[in-house]
Amino acid sequence: MPRIALRLPDGRVLRYLGLRVVQVVPTILAIVVLNFFFLRLAPGDLAEVMAGEAGSATPEYMALLRQQFGIDESLPAQFAKYMGQLLQLNLGYSFRNSMPVLELILSRAPNTALLMLSSLLVALLLGMMFGAISAHWRGRWPDGILSALTTVGFATPLFWVGLMLIVLFSVELRWLPAGGMSDLQNVHTGLAAVGDVARHMVLPVLSLAFFYIAIYTRLTRSAMLEVQELDFVRTARAKGIAPLPIAVRHVLRNALLPIVTMTGLQLGALLSGSVVIETVFAWPGMGRLAFDAVFQRDINLLLGVLFFSSFLVIVSNLATDLVYALLDPRIDIR
Amino acid sequence: MSLDATSAPLALAPARSRRSWRLNPSSFTARFLRSRTALIGTTGLLLVSLAAVFAGVLFPGDPLDMVARPFIWPFTTWTYPLGTDMLGRDILVGLVYAARVSLAVGLAAAALAVGLGVLFGALSGYFGGWVDQVLTRITEVFQTMPSLVFVVVVVAILSPSITSIVLGIAITSWPQIARLVRAETLRLRDAEFVQAARVMGMGHGRIILTHILPNAISPVIVAGSILVAHAILTEAALSFLGLGDPNLISWGSMIGSGREVLRTAWYMTALPGIAISITVMALNLLGNGLNDVLNPRVALT
Repeated sequence: MPRIALRLPDGRVLRYLGLRVVQVVPTILAIVVLNFFFLRLAPGDLAEVMAGEAGSATPEYMALLRQQFGIDESLPAQFAKYMGQLLQLNLGYSFRNSMPVLELILSRAPNTALLMLSSLLVALLLGMMFGAISAHWRGRWPDGILSALTTVGFATPLFWVGLMLIVLFSVELRWLPAGGMSDLQNVHTGLAAVGDVARHMVLPVLSLAFFYIAIYTRLTRSAMLEVQELDFVRTARAKGIAPLPIAVRHVLRNALLPIVTMTGLQLGALLSGSVVIETVFAWPGMGRLAFDAVFQRDINLLLGVLFFSSFLVIVSNLATDLVYALLDPRIDIR
Repeated sequence: MSLDATSAPLALAPARSRRSWRLNPSSFTARFLRSRTALIGTTGLLLVSLAAVFAGVLFPGDPLDMVARPFIWPFTTWTYPLGTDMLGRDILVGLVYAARVSLAVGLAAAALAVGLGVLFGALSGYFGGWVDQVLTRITEVFQTMPSLVFVVVVVAILSPSITSIVLGIAITSWPQIARLVRAETLRLRDAEFVQAARVMGMGHGRIILTHILPNAISPVIVAGSILVAHAILTEAALSFLGLGDPNLISWGSMIGSGREVLRTAWYMTALPGIAISITVMALNLLGNGLNDVLNPRVALT
């Protein structure tokens, strides 16, 4: 049985990782510069923007902010102070929510992570299954139907899928709740609470997964068709191994690599998708937080979400690179 | 019968064939006409564009006018085939006028993104060295930020208008084009005809414009048509979130307002979504079709 060899991180891998971390520093710096630029671009002075909509912050806090960020000082000096605050992980304070921005984001992040990871899992499972079916019956009717469905999947807005699922499953059939994360009228405890959240998750997860099912179906199909042509598959077939074990054990396993890469690089897109899905389903995550921030004119909170999610993308890209380097001995590490 | 009419005379008397207008089978037009995907995409796109262009001729008058009683369901009356919304506005007229906004935003954003991407990619690939390092890092920064969150920030800060939406979408989508053009430029940079141009004493700008870009254009066209589709989807999401241009109706804003009555009149949400799907699908098919047409190694069916 072919096994994917996992190499232990040796000196080369660690040096490679170190190099990548160093390369990331200017990226983070540039994002900070952009954030600062946006703060300056918003109407009002830095302190007003940082404190959210004018009028909601106390005069004392405004004075403190003005002093902290040195509103009277030159632009570079202001930037240096802003940078210093960020390095201390201080993203400011949201008066609308009476909470520090970072704390607010961290309290919402697990809900978004739950939504995203579940969607990714559903999309991976269904997508790989559909892709395998498509590749196995290439050019025949199952392939035709699935490829028509993926074409639709690529073209349909996620939020619209969500709304249509609500119409079908919550309004017409009354099977599933249309929004929120838990039942607010009857508070559940223990296992019932888990089941309650799971029931609320079904529709948002399916809507968010919709597009990714299409992506993974196509990716798996093309990767499997490519591997199918290779010599070791012909050998397995010549040895008399049945078609299904060949498909799963030989072809699918070796088609995994592009799928792993794809997954790691999709995090940013998934975060974007969860903004609209969380809005449709009133899911209390980071996306919903960003949406609320827009309408409360809490630009600083909005930029906090942008900064935090960009940081997550950077970390996940690094992790993907590392996993990739560990999984595939052919990867050239420089 | 009609098939025989064209093939039989050719087989019997090839010398008498109408060579004057027969297409070279490997020419772009001939390959395009043989690609089912490209043809379906073009037809769909053409229909949507015609509707958008002739919206004023087909349906004179303001699409925001109240014309009938509200909440008429689609396919119930001939006068308003797709029904009316909660304010009694004709939904078909709304969809056709909204096509203008969606297509305009899609095309403008894609054009701007392609312009930026070609500029960055060509400079980066052609000059290499530190120029490449700096430009690649900048590209990475824009690729790192989750695109929709970034667009939301840009539009929220510049205040929602068609200009800020186009700008926001373009700013987040040019990196794909830049990477593509950079790779193509790297491939062409040391080609013999480029070296020849260099020996002739041609300037860098002229080499890039007349020798490199014309040869790198086909993948850019393919990516560009997919970008238009992506931009239409992004505009729809923004309008749905309430960040659309408040003075214009687009498919996204129609979904957003239809959502208010989702429980009783879901057709108001469904119809604009179908319009988006069809348009985006046509653009994707056109992009995939062009990809096959422009790649001589792909056999067309």
